[in-house]
Amino acid sequence: MAKYLLLKHYRGAPAPANDVPMDRWTPEEISAHMQYMHDFAARLEKTGEFVDGQALAPEGAWVRYDGEGRPPVTDGPFAETKDLIAGWMVIDVDGYERAVELAGELSAAPGAGGKPIHEWLEVRPFLTAPPTITE
Amino acid sequence: MDEALLRSLTPSVLAVLVRRGADFAAAEDAVQDALVEAVRVWPSDMPREPKGWLVTVAWRRFLDATRADAARRRREGLVEEEPAPGPSPAVDDTLQLYFLCAHPSLTPSSAVALTLRAVGGLTTRQIARAYLVPEATMAQRISRAKRTLAGNGVTRAPGKTEAGRRFDRPGDVATVLRVLYLVFNEGYSGDVDLAAEAIRLTRQVAALVDHPEAAGLLALMLLHHARRPARTASDGSLVPLAEQDRGRWDTEAITEGVAILQAALARDRLGEFQAQAAIAALHADAPTAEETDWVQIVEWYDELAGLTDNPVVRLNRAVAVGEADGPRAGLAALAALDPSLPRHAAVAAYLHERDGDPVAAARLYAEAAHKAPDLAERDHLTRQAARLNARRPR
Repeated sequence: MAKYLLLKHYRGAPAPANDVPMDRWTPEEISAHMQYMHDFAARLEKTGEFVDGQALAPEGAWVRYDGEGRPPVTDGPFAETKDLIAGWMVIDVDGYERAVELAGELSAAPGAGGKPIHEWLEVRPFLTAPPTITE
Repeated sequence: MDEALLRSLTPSVLAVLVRRGADFAAAEDAVQDALVEAVRVWPSDMPREPKGWLVTVAWRRFLDATRADAARRRREGLVEEEPAPGPSPAVDDTLQLYFLCAHPSLTPSSAVALTLRAVGGLTTRQIARAYLVPEATMAQRISRAKRTLAGNGVTRAPGKTEAGRRFDRPGDVATVLRVLYLVFNEGYSGDVDLAAEAIRLTRQVAALVDHPEAAGLLALMLLHHARRPARTASDGSLVPLAEQDRGRWDTEAITEGVAILQAALARDRLGEFQAQAAIAALHADAPTAEETDWVQIVEWYDELAGLTDNPVVRLNRAVAVGEADGPRAGLAALAALDPSLPRHAAVAAYLHERDGDPVAAARLYAEAAHKAPDLAERDHLTRQAARLNARRPR
């Protein structure tokens, strides 16, 4: 088994095919989208492939140590050009192919007009603890 | 309350119920009920025959549950056949349980989880913690596995379907051994050492099954496990084989592993696990890294390559060739392999360094670190690259 992170982006991903900002969807379309994501997670829980999932607020800042006795520096809210992560889901699946298959399904969540968004999702394998045998 | 005793009895009690015709999932529920009952009753009233007691209680629970079922009439016949409680021959029953848990209709991860639960007697929580997933996820994985088995009709009619089959084909044993090897390779985290658990279970299988590969796998696990204390430094960083403190190897486990392996090899039915164990034994046998018998190791890799088409074997063989015949020969062997293989860059880096090309080696170590699948390995390879780069003027 291997864990993968599926990342959704507010910004920074390539434009989806059904590229309508969420604030121009109908409330029903938004509900349908949320329901799809919820059902997806619930289904993975049943298959024993779900580990964790959270949505992130769009606010965020870069923070840096600024020397002894000084408060950390922040650069304030993310600027328009920055990559912005909207949320994640961690899955624990048999292999990379299954991770890609599931990311594909998640990307088919309905958007404007009830059509799939074709949203780009990032799939990243976890670095794991070392297996017993590496020699 | 003797938890170890309960855990050791669980699989054979479960196996008795399955042999008597209980559906796997129902049998497991009944056994769990019986264990709860044992925890309640035994401290004040320890039965003389703990296993017989558990079988009796579990079987009653199963019948109670079954009677409440719609299938009541069809199954009532089972009551008539109820054998007398008391000790029953556990040997074949437990083996059937192993086979069931390694059933080909299960995915590898389900087979592993079910084996740990049904044969290992671990709780769902313990298994979930070992795999770092929520308990609910692991519970679903296990019940899905049980449903898959039930859905295949695997356990329905004892003696007629696969559950009633004996371990008489090498393929059956091979499936079970593969599952156990998966458990072993998961290593450990949380409160359960899965490697030690895999050894315990494989020991059981090797005692029950007359198959040199079962012995081969047990030997392999013992030999790898014996070196585990020396494989990581106190800060968790990886220590390569050549630099390990051999005084920290578990000599008792090595002696046992070698003896088991020799007995298996003497039967002249070579398999993958025996060949791998032979290589591990040659490493374990060398008093120092320099005295390692690389020529013989290459010969064993040749045997192994004939038994499996696993490309990792050929990659490891290239390392061994590099040690036996020099880095140039190793690089030549490596050139024949697909560069996208895991650890290909790491092997190339090592051979280039030994061949006196630190620039190429540093670049390849950095590339290998980028592709490393786990943290300890990534850090180790990054350090190797840094070590070589530090020697060069900036």
